Parts: sequence; C-alpha cells; structure tokens
Amino acid sequence: MTTPLATLVKTDSTAPPAEPPPRVVPTRRAGQWVTAAVVLVLLGLGLLSVVRNKAFQWDVVAQYFTSASVLRGLGLTLWLTALVMALGFLLGTLLAVFRLSANPVLRAVSWGYVWFFRSTPILVQLLFWFNIGALYPTVLGVHTVNLLGPVAVAVIGLTLHEAAYAAEVVRGGILSVDRGQIEAAQSLGLGRLRRLTRIVLPQAMRAIVPPAGNMLIGTLKGTSIVSVIAVQDLLYSTQLIYHRTYEVIPLLLVATLWYVAVTSVLSLGQHYVERYYARGTGGAR
Amino acid sequence: MSSATTTVSAAVSETATAKVEIRSVHKNFGPLHVLRGIDLDVRAGEVTVVLGPSGSGKSTLLRTINHLEKVDSGTVSVDGTLVGYRRSGNRLYELRERDILKQRTRIGFVFQNFHLFPHLTVLENIVEAPVSALKRPRKEAEAAARKLLDRVGLADKAEAYPKQLSGGQQQRVAIARALALEPGLLLFDEPTSALDPELVGEVLDVIKDLAASGTTMIVVTHEIGFAREVADTVVFMDEGRIVEQGPPAEVLDSPRHERTRAFLSKVL
Repeated sequence: MTTPLATLVKTDSTAPPAEPPPRVVPTRRAGQWVTAAVVLVLLGLGLLSVVRNKAFQWDVVAQYFTSASVLRGLGLTLWLTALVMALGFLLGTLLAVFRLSANPVLRAVSWGYVWFFRSTPILVQLLFWFNIGALYPTVLGVHTVNLLGPVAVAVIGLTLHEAAYAAEVVRGGILSVDRGQIEAAQSLGLGRLRRLTRIVLPQAMRAIVPPAGNMLIGTLKGTSIVSVIAVQDLLYSTQLIYHRTYEVIPLLLVATLWYVAVTSVLSLGQHYVERYYARGTGGAR
Repeated sequence: MSSATTTVSAAVSETATAKVEIRSVHKNFGPLHVLRGIDLDVRAGEVTVVLGPSGSGKSTLLRTINHLEKVDSGTVSVDGTLVGYRRSGNRLYELRERDILKQRTRIGFVFQNFHLFPHLTVLENIVEAPVSALKRPRKEAEAAARKLLDRVGLADKAEAYPKQLSGGQQQRVAIARALALEPGLLLFDEPTSALDPELVGEVLDVIKDLAASGTTMIVVTHEIGFAREVADTVVFMDEGRIVEQGPPAEVLDSPRHERTRAFLSKVL
C-alpha cells in the first residue's frame, strides 16, 4: 500500500522523500464513557419502573388512546389552537402596526391593550367572558348567554389574550428589519400597505417565526385551560372519562401522550417554516 | 463590459430628463445644522458630482431631493414641480404620502449600501416598483427588467438572490432597479463606497454610460477621477454649505478656495 504513495511523493516534489506528516490524536476522554454509562443505567432503571409499575395501567391507556370521545377532544383542541393562533396573530399584527404608527392615539391604544391583556391571568379573563352575561345581559336584543356558548367564550378569551403577546412578537420582528429597506421601498414609490406586506413583514418573519412557534406550542397546551368552562377539549374529555371510571393516571397519560405527539409534529413543522423564510439569506448556491 | 454598457444609453435616452432647482435649503438634526442655505441648479441632462468631507451634508442634500429627508426651510423642485410640498402664498404644505410616492417614481435613488430586498430574487427586485407603483402588467415589466439586466451585464443573474452576488453586482442590480421606473433624474449616494476596490470600476462604468445617455444625474462620491471624467459640474461642500462649484477643470485643478484645496490635496 505504501509503494504507490511513496512514488507519488517522489515524482511530485523535488525535495528528498520526507517522513509522513504527523498524525493528530484527539484527547482520550475516559470520563465521558463512565458518565454516559451511569446516565444510561439510570435512564434504563427509570424506564423499567414505568413499564413494571402496574399503577400506570398501560392497558387502560391503550384502550382509551383512540377512543371516540378522546379523538373528538383532540379535534377540538387542534382547531381551537389553530383558530386562536390565526385570529390572535391577525389582531396582533394590527396592534403592532398601530404601535409603530405615527398616530399617537393608535400608539396609546395598542400599548394599553397589550398592557391590560398581559396584566391579567388568562384564567381570570376566561371566567370574565364566561360571566359576561352578568355585565351585559342582552346584546342587540339577544340574550348574551344564548349568543356566547362556552366554545365561543373560549375562542374570544384565548384570542384576545394571544393577540397581546402576538403584538409584541410581530413588533419585534418589524423592528428587526433594516431601516434602509423601508427607505428603498419609499424611494421606489411603493405604497404603505405594499411596503408592509411585500417588503417588511416577509423579512420580519425570520425574527417572528421562532417565538411564534413557541407561542403555538404554548397555546396548544394552554387551551387545556378551557376545561374550567366545560369545553370538551382533549384534557376535559379524558377528565370526563376518569370522573366515571376513577382511572385517573392512565387517562392523564392519554392526554399527555397526545400533547407530546402533536407538539413534536409542530416542532418539526417550525423547522421547515424557518427554512422557508431564511431564503435569500444564505451564501452562494 | 463595453458592449454591454453602450446599450444602456440606448435604453434610457428615450426618457425625458429633468432639471433640478434647490433654493436656500436648511436642515437641522436636533442641534446639528447640517444644511445651511443650499442653492444649486442642475440643468436637464447634466451630471453634477458633489464632493466634500464626511459630515459636510452632501448625502443629506441628496436625500432632500426625493424627500427622504424633509427640509426645515427652502425648496427643492424637480422639473419645475416642488418636491414634497404644495405652495400656497408664502406657505409650503406637505403633500399626502400618496402624492410624494408618485413624485418619487420620477426620481431614481441608488444607495451606498444597495438596499436590495434580500428575500426577493434579482428579477423580483427590479419588477416590484413598475408593477406595484406604476401598475405595469407583470409580463411587460419582467421583459423590461431582463433587458435592463442584460444591459448592466447581469442577464444570467435574474433568478439569483442578492446575497449570492458580489457587491459590485448588487449595486448594478440596484441601478437597474432604479432605472426600471424610467426616471428623469438619478441620484447616487456614494454608490461605490461600500465596495471592494476591485469592484468599483464595474459600477462606475455603468454610471458613466448612463451619464452619456443624457439622464440628469447628481452623484455624491469620493471618486475624484470619476468626477473629472464624467461631471459637467463639480460641487464642493463643507459644513453644510456649498464652498464652490464649476466645471471639473476649474474646481479640481485650480480651486479658488483654501478649503477645497486642502480637501483635494488629501484625497488626490
């Protein structure tokens, strides 16, 4: 094996055949292996206890995991999350634009909104909306109680809360866009709306997506709070079952596993969304 | 390059060129008096090069011409129309943004740092203004954009993103983007100052060729050689005032003012 190499060296260089260049040997880290072994053993023991402990009742978990009422609850959790995110970010973008506008009244309104809805717990806000009938018994001649069912209350309450946070995320994104981009768009005669939708927001998305992904996952889990106003989401539908069967732990596990599964899919999705909005920022193709 | 640049003039020569009149313009940034009474006339089709040390107000002056910077007093008019304001008696009323934007479509502006839109391809960058500000059909605008790209020597870069181009190429795209509106006046704000020295030439070549085409141009730059070669008028500014102006041979070779001499002795 060494012969062809040696001849190559000889023909290529005029220097006398030197000894081969020294090989690099990384530091040996014996400690690393020991630590890894200890961690793996501990993980294994934990896993074993989970599998062997009869109290987890994995057979019950399997029985209810895909039951009709759990899937209905999951469906509600999913569309509620999607709707709240969409409406929340729509309103939040409007609030962010208000906050950055030249009009002092709009700026103050936006600031006040964010201040108010971030200053109160979402649980309190939900209960307020749930009892709105006590403040306004009728709206345009219709009984408020008939107008706003628990699901409508959930959508309104969560959306208004979400919008306050979304406003700050979008505002941060808009501020991250280079001022020169706006000047360039102005010098080309692009109108205000076009500048926002075509130039500023697409570039702001790079700064918006990571915290928005955080919020999406937070909202998915946060919707479980609607169980307090008897909306049958994922958590509440498992609660309904264990109130009947007293199999509390396995049914909480059903909810937990679904939340983990959906969250994992969403995290993966975020990766691709980020990659899309990073286009044009890389180096040569 | 030469065959590419000669055709730029052919494309632009059809557009009407504009004259510029600047009258006693003042501008403050807080306590800083950056423009202290500027009077300047630029005849249609002429090239004016503005020289001066950093902080002399030359970029600010350029930015007042398309109302990116509002003046505190004085007037700027392009082709006899006030920019950014409407005059009534002895008052200047600022125009609505929509009208200002319309005025800007007649004035091309090229920035020191290009300010290309990084999330749009080269072609999308150029087509954006004609399509959304001038309401041109996209097909037509794209065909025109490809011609402009061909003329700045970047026909093969239409689908590239700005970050994939060299600084010189980006600035040539930025020039093509400004030309896409067929402006009667082109403003260049230190167009080569952000470039590696070896890339300055390709951008100056494009600008020189535009100059030959008869578009009115005002160029803020530190390139004395370019001023000598291309300018009809050289303006030297210092501390918010125009110190002297005249043909390049006069201002660059036998300046009357001590300040101009001192500046030129340092940059030449």
